[in-house]
Amino acid sequence: MSENRRDFMKLTGVFGLLAAAGLLSTTEALAQQQAWNKAAFETKSLADTYKVLGGTPAESADIAITAPDIAENGAVVPVGVTSKIPNTQAVYILVEKNPNMMAAGFSIPQGTEPNVTTRIKMGQTSNVYAVVKAGDKYYVSSKEVKVTLGGCGG
Amino acid sequence: MPDPMRIRATAQGDVVDVRVLMSHEMEGGQRRDSAGNLVPAHFIQTVTVNHGGKTVLAADWGPAVSKNPYLQFKFTGGKKGDELVVTWVDNKGETRTDKAVIN
Repeated sequence: MSENRRDFMKLTGVFGLLAAAGLLSTTEALAQQQAWNKAAFETKSLADTYKVLGGTPAESADIAITAPDIAENGAVVPVGVTSKIPNTQAVYILVEKNPNMMAAGFSIPQGTEPNVTTRIKMGQTSNVYAVVKAGDKYYVSSKEVKVTLGGCGG
Repeated sequence: MPDPMRIRATAQGDVVDVRVLMSHEMEGGQRRDSAGNLVPAHFIQTVTVNHGGKTVLAADWGPAVSKNPYLQFKFTGGKKGDELVVTWVDNKGETRTDKAVIN
């Protein structure tokens, strides 16, 4: 994550302009926005996403994805990721067929269990990938979720 | 000011189960309004949860997180009566911080 952050810091001139224009309310907000990994959220393919995250993950059976087999409403798909890999530092949720693959990333400090649940939008039936970062290594697991009503556009 | 979050944190032993429901439009930037204009993206980008000055979870979200986002996770080292501070910041620089007591 730290290398990505460094790359991203080069792009922050735009945010500087926004701040000058008074669009950003507090310096704290600015700092948090800069920490947001813009590049990772703009990728459109699995390979690109892996590149931005920092490595190609290996398949792992130690990551469990909790998601419905069939989601009736693509606008609200509950997805939970549990990692049994020791020293899990970050969890990313990717949706293969969304306009931008990356849905959410969570950094897991020591003491926090690598078990997060949230709700995401899915445009259509797709594989959902859970990528886990542990040390310098990346692991991935996937699950197909069938969507009967898309959650993007309309 | 955006609506407050609903935060529920329960301790079982020293493991704290945290559930947060935020109130946010989470507009993805892909949708068109009735006039055919693209609705600009407006979504939460970062969420941080602090416990006793230490960050216990930091999340980066994209526009693919659902409207009125829900977040659930567990961390160890908390106990009843401790305070949790949850902050989110969206892509327009709006921010909201709410506090909750673990019970």
